[in-house]
Amino acid sequence: MQLVLLSTLPGFLALSYQFGWGTFINLIIAVVTSLIAESAILALRNRPIAFYLKDYSAAVTAVLLALALPPLVPWWVVVVGSLFSIVVAKQLYGGIGYNPFNPAMVGYVVLLISFPIEMTSWVTPISLLPEGVTHPGLWESLSIVFAGNTPVDGVTGATPLDLFKHSNGLVVDQIYQNEALFSQASFAGVGWEWVNVGFLIGGLILLKTRIFTWHGPLAMLGTLALMSILFWDGGSSDSPGSPIMHLFSGASMMGAFFILTDPVSSAVSNRGRLIYGALIGLLVYVIRAWGNYPDAMAFAVLLANFAAPFIDNYTLPRTYGHTDRRKATEKQEEE
Amino acid sequence: MSDATVREVAGNGLWHNNPALVQLLGLCPLLAVSSTVANALGLGLATMMVLIGSNTIVSLIRNHVNDAVRLPVFVIIIAAFVTCAELLMKAYTYDLYQILGIFVPLIVTNCAILGRAEAFASKNNVGLAALDGVMMGMGFLLVLVALGAIRELLGQGTLFVDMHFLFGPIAVNWLIQPFGPNYSFLIIVLPPGAFLVTGLLIALKNIIDNVLKVHVDKSRNKPIKGAKRVRTTGHIS
Repeated sequence: MQLVLLSTLPGFLALSYQFGWGTFINLIIAVVTSLIAESAILALRNRPIAFYLKDYSAAVTAVLLALALPPLVPWWVVVVGSLFSIVVAKQLYGGIGYNPFNPAMVGYVVLLISFPIEMTSWVTPISLLPEGVTHPGLWESLSIVFAGNTPVDGVTGATPLDLFKHSNGLVVDQIYQNEALFSQASFAGVGWEWVNVGFLIGGLILLKTRIFTWHGPLAMLGTLALMSILFWDGGSSDSPGSPIMHLFSGASMMGAFFILTDPVSSAVSNRGRLIYGALIGLLVYVIRAWGNYPDAMAFAVLLANFAAPFIDNYTLPRTYGHTDRRKATEKQEEE
Repeated sequence: MSDATVREVAGNGLWHNNPALVQLLGLCPLLAVSSTVANALGLGLATMMVLIGSNTIVSLIRNHVNDAVRLPVFVIIIAAFVTCAELLMKAYTYDLYQILGIFVPLIVTNCAILGRAEAFASKNNVGLAALDGVMMGMGFLLVLVALGAIRELLGQGTLFVDMHFLFGPIAVNWLIQPFGPNYSFLIIVLPPGAFLVTGLLIALKNIIDNVLKVHVDKSRNKPIKGAKRVRTTGHIS
């Protein structure tokens, strides 16, 4: 778990460089709230507190939630999200190992549904800030987060996926020319491409250390790429965007390597994880292209969490010593 | 045939066998219209009226209806009272009726009402059946209003909004906004919030029951029987 925390570092650094101090403040609030909430509920349930805090699962949940939240959201948004993740989505279901849904994503969805205005105002990436405007410093950020001061004009703006969703009637080339978010980008969308590269690096480190297998992430990214190639249609005004944009925008990389690899709420077997990952990739693309929300990682993961036990049921691995995997379990049940 | 006392009937309706918290009947209106106190109170009163009426009539005819056709007969009786309630609401609380919409006619499908007709009213005398209707209706109403109050307060930051639809012009100034006018926590107003708050209310009831049980056991000076561990969850020190 500590390794998971460490490998979010490239993504965190990219977020902090591109969007300022907001992510760091989110992180502190979320971790503190989550640890307090986890301790309080463990105490209520007469469980050993230190034993469970040492597994770092609450911290990982808090960090993932904080990285998913927009920088510079009011402090109470982060607190409510962390409380929901830990208390409702994790501890009420029985604590670590018993939660059917990914706690961080439950917290995120609750916030997204409850506070749409706060949750959809992202900060402008550093290279696109207007002349003379900089990201607020640490103290100014703290005053925005805690005292509710509003940031200077131009500090908040749309994300690449937002822009694509709301540019009706423009062919893709026009969007790319008109919007600095794309015209100044290296390959996908200013700022966001590097955030996704950061999470990709962290994810590859985790993959190398075999914290999780390649099946889930590869299936998810593969399906997302396949869907966006199939529906790319050369960039008409109806096109939902290029494969590169979909892979390196929004929460694609973070979701693929850090969210859907959660061992508790995902499918268990390797074949199951292929299906689980593919389902998430499909849902992400479907909601991004034809749904109401610009990004869909959290919804897709929660929907796939529902399906995980069902997927597990049909992807039982072959028992050692038996040739047919179905017969083995059925025989056992008969006996 | 009936040996239920008045005390038992009241206790069952209000607490031990509460239709909303224990029997979990009538969840559809419970979850759908409990977003404000006014809605909850309106639907709760209508349900209670139907429940009292149907229980009384079912008890009166209980010895004259063939068993084979009893359920259709019960449903017709309930539907008649629901129609009365609907017409009354249209006449006196038209605005509220428009807010509640389809959920007023849907009272007819509320399983709590048919359940009480079948399980209690068709087996007991008129007085007890009517009392059961009052108590069950009251139990349902109280939970509905509690749910409405919690959801309204947490979700919209208001209390007693739209109460003048129910009580007339004197209730216009009843609106309380403890968190200021800009507060909103949308998920509590939406259906997931209804499920969450209902679940928490049921948990609260179970906690109170456990505390009471321990208290009673202690006062009788009897050692509490060790509960059988059905399964072990996690590490217990």
